[in-house]
Amino acid sequence: MNKAILELKNISTTVNPGTKDEKKILKNINLMLNDGDFVTLLGTNGAGKSTLLNVINGSIIPSSGSIYLKDKDITNLSEVKRAKFIAQVFQDPKLGTAPRMTVAENLLLATKRGQRRSLHLRGLDKQLPKFKKETAKLPNGLNQRLNTFAGNLSGGQRQTLSFLMATIKRPDLLLLDEHTAALDPNTSRDLLELTDQVVREQKLTCIMITHQLKDALHYGNRTIVLKDGQVVLDAVGHERDKLTEADILKFFAN
Amino acid sequence: MSLITSTIGQGLLWGILGLGLYLTFRILNIADMTVEGTFPFGAAICVSAIVHGVNPVLATILSFIAGMVTGAISGLLYTKGKIPVLLAGILTMTGIYSVNLHVLGKANVGLLNNQTLFNSKFLTDLPDGFSSVVVGLLFAILLVILVAIFLNTDLGQSFIATGDNEKMARSLGINTDNMKILGLMISNGLIGLSGGLIAQNSGYADVNMGIGTIVIGLAAIIISEVAYRDISLTARLVAVVVGSILYRFVLLIVLQLGFSTNDFKLLSAIILAICLMLPLLEKKFHLRKAIKKGTDRP
Repeated sequence: MNKAILELKNISTTVNPGTKDEKKILKNINLMLNDGDFVTLLGTNGAGKSTLLNVINGSIIPSSGSIYLKDKDITNLSEVKRAKFIAQVFQDPKLGTAPRMTVAENLLLATKRGQRRSLHLRGLDKQLPKFKKETAKLPNGLNQRLNTFAGNLSGGQRQTLSFLMATIKRPDLLLLDEHTAALDPNTSRDLLELTDQVVREQKLTCIMITHQLKDALHYGNRTIVLKDGQVVLDAVGHERDKLTEADILKFFAN
Repeated sequence: MSLITSTIGQGLLWGILGLGLYLTFRILNIADMTVEGTFPFGAAICVSAIVHGVNPVLATILSFIAGMVTGAISGLLYTKGKIPVLLAGILTMTGIYSVNLHVLGKANVGLLNNQTLFNSKFLTDLPDGFSSVVVGLLFAILLVILVAIFLNTDLGQSFIATGDNEKMARSLGINTDNMKILGLMISNGLIGLSGGLIAQNSGYADVNMGIGTIVIGLAAIIISEVAYRDISLTARLVAVVVGSILYRFVLLIVLQLGFSTNDFKLLSAIILAICLMLPLLEKKFHLRKAIKKGTDRP
């Protein structure tokens, strides 16, 4: 039942090692994520939230410690190799999609996340009905724009597309780095609702960084607060149900 | 008449260089200076092979492979060696100059009466200048089709995605370093091939024939973009070849106006600079509106 998906053991990261600017970002992080956990991750700027996500996705290699995904040691696996298991949505809508490729072409790339890319014809037409069906479920009319270049979409549409790209092929772990922060309040709300719905329906394991205390408590089943590179709160179940925004704010105070 | 046919033939042969450059300049979004070394390298390999009795078809294929090698060198320096791409290209280009001298044995080697792709029996029966059109058309069509098919494969799409959004490409599991190397290899392969064909057509290879080639390739791309906007990628490949032909005609006109061939490179650079600034000039002086206004008048 509660099978571990992700396990971080004594993870530490250091920037500029050996120079006078040397700084420890993450300090001995130990963390275990169970199958189906939907974690909301909080912390002040510089607490190490993004660094933690980058350590998990492989774009930063930790200076010490190890990472296990489904009991497999992935500590030395590159970001490219980890893409087979891990999908991400970034904060900046521009980062998640290829602007000079159409919506359908972007989705096609995403259906092959982590697979070997060969000289087979891409077979876009075969996938179009599926893409039409998937985009029709989304809030902002993407199904009408399958042949539009992603660069011509609005920020909200691009981010919705990024989210669909991350989930169209089921990932073992979904990483969301403030994926609604750049959107207006309504669009942001829509995408959060969609996120919640998809994560529940597909029973995904997910880490979502947010700065909104309300969202952090409303969504997901577990809340983690980082401070100065350490986990200062990890609440789940009953303990989390009792949490209030005021409780969390205490961790942000110096 | 023969002036026009040979201009079209030249345009087609140089168009293959434009096609190769398009893959790096527009799709990967990098300025690859290797071109200026690759082009004479392809020419030198091809001419040297033919002079040593190699079949012209095989010699032409060798010029493609030679180009792929230079592309791979630049690609490795750029991705694995972390050298800025402009510098990586310049290093390869500079190194190849010496290699070319070794391949040719001297600065300039003529084909004399050797068999080339352009002087087979069938082609020499055609009117003057037509051989380059026939061979150029054949290669241009074949290569446009091959490149278009490649770009429509899973590998080709990953290549496009790498140039479009590297961070996204990596997050989707695309090995962007390999894609850049592959792109540089195919691009330079085409450029080497173009060098081999042009050397056969003009009857010699010269170590200095690479100077200014990047401008010729860029001109083909920019002219095609000014002439045809918002077209599909496959149509763009055809348009680049057309752009290359148009550029040859611009040069022909300039020459007919009485400019000396010595001024060719200067004029090429000026024309290209103007073309590159066109989008900016358009915005500033509402050129498009003015053109429209002018043509609307009865």
